[in-house]
Amino acid sequence: MGWLDALLGRTKAVQPNLDALFALPSAAVTLQAATGFAPTGVGAVCYRAAEGGAFATLESDVRELLGDRVESLRDSYGYSWLVVRRSPDDLGDLVTELHAVNSTLESAGFGPSLLCSLVAFADTSGNHLGVVYLYKRGTFYPFAPAGGQRRNNSLELQTRAALAGELRIEDDLGRWFPVWGAPGL
Amino acid sequence: MSTRFASDSGLTRRMLVTMFLLGLLYVVFVGVLISLGVGAITVLVIAGGVLLVQYFLSDRIALFAMHGREVSPEQAPELHGMIDRLCALADMPKPRVAIADSDMPNAFATGRDQKHSVVCVTTGLLRRLEPEELEGVLAHELSHVAHRDVAVMTIASFLGILAGLMTRVALYSGFGRSRDNNQGGLPIGLIIILVSALVYAVSFVLTRALSRYRELAADRAGALLTQRPSALASALTKVTGEMARIPTRDLREAEPFNAFYFTPALAKGSGGLAAIFATHPPLSRRLEQLAKISGELGRG
Repeated sequence: MGWLDALLGRTKAVQPNLDALFALPSAAVTLQAATGFAPTGVGAVCYRAAEGGAFATLESDVRELLGDRVESLRDSYGYSWLVVRRSPDDLGDLVTELHAVNSTLESAGFGPSLLCSLVAFADTSGNHLGVVYLYKRGTFYPFAPAGGQRRNNSLELQTRAALAGELRIEDDLGRWFPVWGAPGL
Repeated sequence: MSTRFASDSGLTRRMLVTMFLLGLLYVVFVGVLISLGVGAITVLVIAGGVLLVQYFLSDRIALFAMHGREVSPEQAPELHGMIDRLCALADMPKPRVAIADSDMPNAFATGRDQKHSVVCVTTGLLRRLEPEELEGVLAHELSHVAHRDVAVMTIASFLGILAGLMTRVALYSGFGRSRDNNQGGLPIGLIIILVSALVYAVSFVLTRALSRYRELAADRAGALLTQRPSALASALTKVTGEMARIPTRDLREAEPFNAFYFTPALAKGSGGLAAIFATHPPLSRRLEQLAKISGELGRG
């Protein structure tokens, strides 16, 4: 936001950047080679539902359009998630589907309401790792829950190192917010 | 998160008195310096210096005055989670988060820019509001950060002080010349104090008006960020209802100060004059705006 907007107290809604998701499939190969974490075939899109009838109508339209391909749920922070499940072997398919969900939401005017997208990974010993995409920044960050309200920071940093060449990783660690209870983790 | 709900109804008074004293300090300090014959430029530099200190330490000063303490995500996961998400939606860096042990439901944001900002809520607010309402309040405070309100208000108050300073310098030099021909008039000191008080009062009213405008702007931006204007409206109604009981006593306690400076305005506490000195717009005005936004969202 520029100085004039700040001075006049005007805030502009930030539009999302959707295309960066397509870099995920090749990054996942690198990630698996470096850390042993493989995609679980679960991905999700998180957005903020507005109050009022107009948004409710849009939302039901979007769900109808996507049909059985998505499962929708609400988290404890009041954000809505659309969950996509695909074969763990075909991450490309999952990413294409997530992009379809995103662009459906965006063309319906949800753009500024999009919070993040998440693709779940797991290793053979049952540890989970989410690669979170921040729409407004166009950047990714790893999120590794470690039971309760703790996160596995060393795994996250290891993942960042592994993915650094493949994806735009969020530089500001303060923005790596924990998505507790995200679907698939 | 602390569960100690220490009653602290003196909060409003403390903040009001702080503001009075800050303003008064400038006026008296600068006036004394000029009376002592210090050059106007020196005075300006010192006044600017004090304001710079206030500008750069605003986060620490405000936290100290509110007895706020910074909390980590482990101490207040819910609060941090809300702020994390709002910041991601608004694409802004996350401010530090603080909680003040006070039963008065309130929140504030401070800090000169987005990197040095703090958002502070009281335990009274956390206790009274539903999560959705709390989120509305946080979005309002984050909008203050995004709008750089601390910087804007610091500069605005500096302009007021500068205006007062200029008037005094002009007055003092002008009166100095005519003094010889005009024996038996009012003492110079009294006139200087009267005029400086008047100028300060005017700039006070102006900065208050600016503050009210910026509150409305933050309401609007906050409501658009959460997409739930009604939750913010509900929080405002709740908080104002709770606050209405407290200030009655506080204003009476603060009466020595009112008598000194603003007796007719605050002692009556109602009607047009009180509205001029308010830092926040009346509840009805804020609710009206939020209802309008809600209507716009509903129409799509």
